Amino acid sequence: MKGNTYLYILVMAGVTYLIRLIPLIFMRKEIRNVYLKSFLYYVPYVTLAVMTFPAILSATANLWSALAGFSVALILAYSGGSLFKVSILACLSVFIIELMV
Amino acid sequence: MSNKIIPWKNGIKDGIPIALGYFAVSFTFGIVAKKAGLTPFQAVFMSGANLTSAGQFGALALIGTSATYLEMALTQLVINLRYCLMSCSLSQKFEAGAGWPHRFLVAFGVTDEIFGVSVCKEGKLNPFYNYGLMSVSIPGWMLGTFCGVVSGEILPARIISALSVALYGMFIAVIVPPAKGNKLLTGIILSSMLLSLLFSQVPILSQISQGFKIIILTVVIAGIAALLFPVKELADER
Repeated sequence: MKGNTYLYILVMAGVTYLIRLIPLIFMRKEIRNVYLKSFLYYVPYVTLAVMTFPAILSATANLWSALAGFSVALILAYSGGSLFKVSILACLSVFIIELMV
Repeated sequence: MSNKIIPWKNGIKDGIPIALGYFAVSFTFGIVAKKAGLTPFQAVFMSGANLTSAGQFGALALIGTSATYLEMALTQLVINLRYCLMSCSLSQKFEAGAGWPHRFLVAFGVTDEIFGVSVCKEGKLNPFYNYGLMSVSIPGWMLGTFCGVVSGEILPARIISALSVALYGMFIAVIVPPAKGNKLLTGIILSSMLLSLLFSQVPILSQISQGFKIIILTVVIAGIAALLFPVKELADER
C-alpha cells in the first residue's frame, strides 16, 4: 500500500524542524565551560571544510573545471573577496573552463 | 529601525550566492522528484517545508518504496542530525535576550549554508541577518525545484554545472579569511579536508553517508582541537 505523499512530507518536515529547533530552545544560556565553548567555536570551520573537500572536485562536469573553480575561490577568499564575488567568479571560471575543455 | 533593515539587507546580499547554488541543486532535485512521481506542487511543497537536500533526495527514495511513516521519520533524523550540532553552535551566537519567536523562525532556516554564513559573522547574531539570507535562499530553493519538475530542459547542463560550485565557493569565502595568518585555524581546516578526503577514499569509511561523515569528523576534530587548544578570549573573537 502506498502512503500519502503529503503525510510523508509533513512527517519529514516535522522531524527536520525539531532537530533544528530543540538546541535553540534548550541552550538559551551562554555556556561557561571553556572546553564546550572552544568545541562550539571550532565546529563551523571543521563542518564547512569537511563539506567542501573533496566534494567540490566532483561537483562539476569534469575535474579540471572543478579545480579551476576551487583555485579561484581560494585565491579570491584569501585576498578578502566578499561571499558574492568569490562565489560568482568561481562559477564563472567553471563555466569558462568547460567551454574550452 | 536600522538595526533591523541593514542586517536584513546584508543578509539578502550574502544570500544571493546561496540562492544560486540552491537553484542548481534543487533543479536536479526537481528532475528526480518528477521521476519519482511527485506533482510540481508536491515537489515545491516538500522543498519549502524541508530545506534539506540530502533529506529530500532520501525521502524520494523512501516514497518510491512505499516506506512506513516511522521509517521516514527515522531516516530524516539520521540524515539531518548534523543540523542539531549546528543549532547548538548557533545557540551561543544568540543574544541572551533574544525572544522565542526569533528562535522559532531562525531554526526553520538552519541549513548547512545559512548556518555557515551566519555563525561566522562577527559579533552576536542578529536574527534579521538570517531572515535576509532566508528571504532569498528559500525562494531560490523552491524556484529551482519548480523549474526542475516542470522541465529538465530549461537550463543547459553547462549552467547547472557552473552553478553547482557556488555553494562551495561560498564555504571557502567563509572559512579562509579568518584562517589567514592564523596557523591554528589553517591547520584545523587542512586536517578536516584531508580526513574528509581519506573518508571518501578508504574502502570501509567511504560507505558512511555524507551526513554521518560530517557529524563524526566534526565531533572528533573539533573535540580534539578544543582539548589541545582551548580558546579563552572567545567573546572578542566572535
